[in-house]
Amino acid sequence: MEKIQQLLLKNELVVAFLFVGIIMVLSFQISKKLTRGRIPGAAIAITMGLVLAYFGGKKGIADIPVLSGMALLGGAMMRDFSIVSTAMGASFTEIRKAGRVGVLSLLIGISAAFFMGAIIGYLMGYTDLKSMVTIGAGACTFIVGPVTGNAIGASSDVIAISIAIGVVKSVLVTILTPVVAKHIGLNNPRTAMIYGGMIGTTSGVAAGLAATDPKLVPYGALTATFYTGLACLLCPSFLYYALQLLVGSR
Amino acid sequence: MKIYGVAVLAACYLTGQLLGELLGYFFAFDGNIGGVGFGMLFLILLGDFMKRKQWIDTESESGIYFWSGMYIPVVVAMSSIQNVQAALTGGWVALVVGIVGTLFCFALIPLLSRFFSESKQD
Repeated sequence: MEKIQQLLLKNELVVAFLFVGIIMVLSFQISKKLTRGRIPGAAIAITMGLVLAYFGGKKGIADIPVLSGMALLGGAMMRDFSIVSTAMGASFTEIRKAGRVGVLSLLIGISAAFFMGAIIGYLMGYTDLKSMVTIGAGACTFIVGPVTGNAIGASSDVIAISIAIGVVKSVLVTILTPVVAKHIGLNNPRTAMIYGGMIGTTSGVAAGLAATDPKLVPYGALTATFYTGLACLLCPSFLYYALQLLVGSR
Repeated sequence: MKIYGVAVLAACYLTGQLLGELLGYFFAFDGNIGGVGFGMLFLILLGDFMKRKQWIDTESESGIYFWSGMYIPVVVAMSSIQNVQAALTGGWVALVVGIVGTLFCFALIPLLSRFFSESKQD
């Protein structure tokens, strides 16, 4: 038994690969079998991660020695590296295709989510600037929250909240899109592009559009792919200062 | 070779982080301003440029796509190492912001859609 523990401790990163792999398999099976794909597997997996973190300590599940590799795999370096890699494949010709409609809906969508999140966060007692910014960023996507929170030095519990906000959004978007599609006129490529830019959470947008009308998926995904990158750029910089101007340094 | 792609990705990432740090320093801001966003921007520009010049083949590209496929698993690992016990005191914030924020954005879609169709007729 002790030998096994030593082996796992020595190979912490590899153990983390295996552990996350198991979480992914379980989540995608649950998504397929129990929700018929209605809730994206990615959202279930991230929720599972948050639930598991509860059983750890300050550093979540990484506080359990044999799972300390999770801190390496899920640390800021690996996270930012893999996020940057998702930009590959997006081309400038595609940005031009999306054009003015896409860019404007992206800017409005990110600002709307950010300020709405920050205001509600403030009303619910998170009155310091760093927490407000992180919560506002979380209202964009579950990536933008932690990236922004880390960049500006927010506390780990606020960062955890920002991830949870993004997950709630992703699930809600998936379920809600087919229901409200008719009411918001989501039946043509242009509205689909606006929708992708306004909502932005890629897994939710793709899954929601697929359930509404599969033909619209590429249009929504086109703008949504730029959402996270643009929001990671704007939240810790421009929007941070904009909020600082509004509420002052605190 | 796959490592070529990974190296290109690493170069974009590091340049982006450096720019983010410099901006942070420049604005006397305790942190990194938009490093990840800049990194993505560089990768889009450089990837596009190298593809047009045919400097990068599918084999090299697959080195980058491997990491983009690891994105959700890494995020899962990241969420599992957060201080969730402390965050639970603010659990309501997550639900309220998630729901109200999302509904707000949904509500703006028809407005924007109408705005664009009107401006097109001009």
